[in-house]
Amino acid sequence: MNEKIIIIENLVKRYPMGETEFTALKNINLTFDKGEFAGFVGPSGSGKTTILNILGSLDIPTEGKVVVEGKDVSNLSEKASALLRKEHIGFIFQSFNLLPVYTVFENVELSLLLLKKSAAERKKAVTAALEWVGLQDMARKKPPQLSGGESQRVAIARAIVKKPNIVLADEPTANLDAENAHIIMQTMQKLNEELKTTFIFATHDEKVMRYLKRKIHLQDGRVSKDEAMETKTVQS
Amino acid sequence: MILTGKLAFKNLIRSGLKTWLNALALSFAFVLIIFYNGMIDGWNMEARQDAIEWEYGYGHLRNAEYDPMDPFSIQDGHGILPESYRKNLTPVLVWQGTIYPQGRMMPVLIKGIATNQKTVKIPSGVLNTSTSEYPVLLGRKMAESAGLKKGDPVLLRWRDKNGTFDAVEVTVAGIFETNVPFVDGGQLWMSLKTLQEMTGLHDEASFYIANEAYVPERIEGWTFVDQETLLKPVTDLINAKKYGAAIMYLLLLAIGLLVIFDTQAFAIFRRQKEIGTHIAMGMTKREVIRMFTVEGAMYSIFATVLGGLYGTPLFIYLAKNGISFPVSGDTMGIIIAPTIYSVYSVALIVKTFLLLVISATLVSLLATRKIAKMNPVEALKGKAL
Repeated sequence: MNEKIIIIENLVKRYPMGETEFTALKNINLTFDKGEFAGFVGPSGSGKTTILNILGSLDIPTEGKVVVEGKDVSNLSEKASALLRKEHIGFIFQSFNLLPVYTVFENVELSLLLLKKSAAERKKAVTAALEWVGLQDMARKKPPQLSGGESQRVAIARAIVKKPNIVLADEPTANLDAENAHIIMQTMQKLNEELKTTFIFATHDEKVMRYLKRKIHLQDGRVSKDEAMETKTVQS
Repeated sequence: MILTGKLAFKNLIRSGLKTWLNALALSFAFVLIIFYNGMIDGWNMEARQDAIEWEYGYGHLRNAEYDPMDPFSIQDGHGILPESYRKNLTPVLVWQGTIYPQGRMMPVLIKGIATNQKTVKIPSGVLNTSTSEYPVLLGRKMAESAGLKKGDPVLLRWRDKNGTFDAVEVTVAGIFETNVPFVDGGQLWMSLKTLQEMTGLHDEASFYIANEAYVPERIEGWTFVDQETLLKPVTDLINAKKYGAAIMYLLLLAIGLLVIFDTQAFAIFRRQKEIGTHIAMGMTKREVIRMFTVEGAMYSIFATVLGGLYGTPLFIYLAKNGISFPVSGDTMGIIIAPTIYSVYSVALIVKTFLLLVISATLVSLLATRKIAKMNPVEALKGKAL
């Protein structure tokens, strides 16, 4: 039996909007197994990013229960929530969110610094992560010197360097051209297969959707379809 | 804490020129505070030393009736101190009189001092070697205001203890140079013995100046005023000037701190995505606030380094060569040497450094506390503020 890494039960998320409320997520029930390569797909405003933020413990549900790595994110203290992110979750953002004054190496190293790893451990892990994404020669460069594709690969290296159980990727290819989008997706696919890291995407990009093994369609905050895809590796 | 410190340090160093410009603005306050306080401390030290060497010695044993601040009773305070108590003390008798230089009338305070004394720097030995019948000593400023030179005769008139007027022609046997206006302006120094004979106050004195070896004891009719009490007005006056001038450098410090506040407040706005990223990677908001606060506080450390670089040669120069003042002390009514040698103590530097670090930390904390209210999701998009 597969290990359930994420359990979502009756999830509702509402935002105050003036004097009324906007319901971004309506009664979502889902589970994710360890090692899944899944994605929330749907148009803008369907609730993809909202659900990803809740899974990443950056936001909390209004109603319902979201259990990530055995921890109910709606009841976590700020410290416990930070610890969950620090130890188990890696993030990849649409706009990369790299720290501009740090080198590629330092950007990737940051999450290990937060985990208080030794210098030797950090060097080994960062070198390995950069090799994974094919940027070992760019360790000394700074983000402004990188292309969009390279920046996103650094962001992937930063997300996976601590070997998290879950990587949450919000529109990871939105700022990339087709070629780079495929390179990025193939890199993540490889990581998923070799490291058994669970990848969950939020996307409306067809190029990303081709790679997903499970597509969860969101429509106006509801799951309209949850489909398992063919499990073959996609080649660009 | 070490991690946030390391990250803050890295952020600042990597920010390059902006960091150093901010640190430079703050370093001006650092250097000015040390410069000014060092000058005041130097002045205070010199003034205290001069006052001890010329006037106070190691304390005054005063006749109970003697009040140097009361011109109406100044002649009432005198008496005979028993011989057994006079060890390590230099007697001074104070009396009022008038001199008539070039026919002008000029009130003076006549001070009779033991001619063989070594307790204060008044060159009373000159009175012993002079061939004049009534030799007197004047300070340079007094001599200038009276228009008298060494060897000049001048008529001195006084009233003896019974109130009878008398007069003699005294001779200026010597003119001494001092920074202490209280032994110079309006004063005429002569042999104690001579003044006692002139006034009829045989063996009497108004006060005694103690030397280092003097041990105070209770003597009826006499009050011992210790050195610190005598020096208090000097220190108080200098400190009053110190606090007054503090406004100037505190303003400069405020400008430096405003620069940090501005930089940090702007950094919070500009670096929202970075803040969101740090939170997403597992930092708590408190840790992010700490990192930004430490960043602000580090400006003060950089300012100290910068200030040290250009301030140290200046301070060494001033400590060696001093600062010359065009206005002499007598016109200001305070003890001030023509050249003040600044004194820069470790305590002064440490205190200034701490003032800078604490104020920069507080200012930075003020600017960064907005992070506590930030929504990490909005911060990641750069829209939290």
